[in-house]
Amino acid sequence: MPLLELSGVSKRFGGVSALRNIHFFIEESEIVGLIGPNGAGKTSFFNCVTGLLPIDEGEIIFGKEETRLDGLSADKILTKGIARTFQNLRIFKNMTVLENVAIGFHARAKAGLFDAFLNTRRHRAEEKRIFEKSRVLLEFLGLREKGNEIAGYLDYGSQKRLEIARALACEPKLLLLDEPVAGMNPQEKEEIVKLIRKIREKKIAVLLIEHDMKVVMPLSDRIVVMDDGEKIAEGLPAEIQKNPRVIQAYLGEV
Amino acid sequence: MSPKKFKFAFLFIAILLFPVFDRNAYHMDLATNVALYGLLAMGLNVVVGFAGLLNLGYAAFFGIGAYTYALLNLYCHWPFWLGLPAAGLVSMFFGFLIGIPSIRVRGDYLAITTLGFGEIVRIVFNNWDEVTGGPNGLLGIARPSIGSWHFSVNATPYFYLVFILVVLTAFFLYRISDSKIGRALVAIREDELAASCMGIPTLQVKLIAFGISSFIAGLAGCIFAAKQTIITPDSFDFVLSVLILAMVVLGGMGNLWGAVLGAVVLGALPELLREFAAYRMLIFGLLMILMMIFRPQGILGGSLIKRELAKRQKDETDATA
Ligand SMILES: Nc1ncnc2c1ncn2[C@@H]1O[C@H](COP(=O)(O)OP(=O)(O)O)[C@@H](O)[C@H]1O
Ligand SMILES: [Mg+2]
Repeated sequence: MPLLELSGVSKRFGGVSALRNIHFFIEESEIVGLIGPNGAGKTSFFNCVTGLLPIDEGEIIFGKEETRLDGLSADKILTKGIARTFQNLRIFKNMTVLENVAIGFHARAKAGLFDAFLNTRRHRAEEKRIFEKSRVLLEFLGLREKGNEIAGYLDYGSQKRLEIARALACEPKLLLLDEPVAGMNPQEKEEIVKLIRKIREKKIAVLLIEHDMKVVMPLSDRIVVMDDGEKIAEGLPAEIQKNPRVIQAYLGEV
Repeated sequence: MSPKKFKFAFLFIAILLFPVFDRNAYHMDLATNVALYGLLAMGLNVVVGFAGLLNLGYAAFFGIGAYTYALLNLYCHWPFWLGLPAAGLVSMFFGFLIGIPSIRVRGDYLAITTLGFGEIVRIVFNNWDEVTGGPNGLLGIARPSIGSWHFSVNATPYFYLVFILVVLTAFFLYRISDSKIGRALVAIREDELAASCMGIPTLQVKLIAFGISSFIAGLAGCIFAAKQTIITPDSFDFVLSVLILAMVVLGGMGNLWGAVLGAVVLGALPELLREFAAYRMLIFGLLMILMMIFRPQGILGGSLIKRELAKRQKDETDATA
């Protein structure tokens, strides 16, 4: 039983088919690369899985309980165990770095309004735990000294990493990364690659959209290729690199 | 004691002692009304400042609180202290009734529905003669009493009552804004879509804010009714909604004390400008315009709001691009 399974998922925007009859799966602790030319439907794939877009056809099943995700709201899907980052950064720019990460713990925090009002022991303990865990995550992402800075003032690379930290705070079983190294220099890219491997060691599966073949090929256990809303190929990185359809799709774009 | 705490303590004691030194009945009445405005401004600030939603019919919730207590008192002989929570809860109920369908859609719809709701409520008060007394309103509403001691025409006890509620509310809101709900509200203001992807039930959180806000208005309405002993529909019109909104904006959206400061300035201003009665609205308008130009974040608006106002051209494209 895979961790996430899509069967026959389709998504149309008026006349444009962003996803056509997609069948897909990812196993626990697996790293899968999702590649394809611009406009292939990769981001739409993420949006459908995370509940931002309703799908037109098909089923999305997640986890051991085989929960159906299609039809659930984005915040519910997160609590099932899927967290994501965005192609264009969407951190909370006016909050501090630490607060950004703390947001990720929201869904699991139990204290209610009255705990907060009376500042009960339960509330204090929970707040303390949230911020301690947030610090640990920042440390993991190499942002330890930046906790109290305003997120919007960080350099681009740090903002990208903060977005990953925030997603990890949700304690997901599956992490969706939409172009995590876009716009980074080679050294920063190398750090992200290492980071993704470390994330997998925590038994978190990673599905990443990435254009940089030098990043995605060595990192991924498996590659899925999309073009024009369709899955055109799937396999080990070495196989994909030799696949004529893939080569054509990429050359066709250039 | 830190200087900040010291200032707070000083202000607190000054306000507590104010009625002792100033025995002018008219001043006391004015101060009580200003304190009521402060309570209302704080309540509206939860929706406008904290949740970033616009409520243009806030006076209606104030009115519902007032009529709830008046009716419960006149028809069922409920005492004030029972009427107070009841007024808050009934007002909150109507808050949810309006909030649930309209918060779901974009924020602008809430502004329009609350605007309409405000008018409907006033028209119902005005026309449902058998129950609300129509344009003549309801009279003979009981004042509060503590044991065998009764509140009278003297505004001083009301002043203390409202003051206690203002302090309690401020404390409550301070605690809320420093909790996960407070953080969630900031996150929703910043980027609602990202917030929902991080597991925040955005609808629910916004409704909580809306409910708290209408609850506070209900409490204020109840006190108002008990203080006036007579209420009429025209006390709860659109002008009041706008005035309270202006207090929130002037004082600083999202700032706890800003709303109170705005209430003090705009509540006391008409009295200070009595000689210029004819120019009152002109001065009021000018003040608001100057404010928007030179200090859009409000008198006490913090750096957070300032930054948020500065980045209105945020790209909404990401989820789709
Ligand atoms: N919200 C939307 N409304 C209309 N069309 C969209 C929307 N989101 C994506 N599309 C279209 O769907 C197709 C796939 O886009 P996308 O998933 O962003 O591709 P990728 O991430 O692979 O570059 C494109 O043709 C795009 O224009
Ligand atoms: Mg994309």
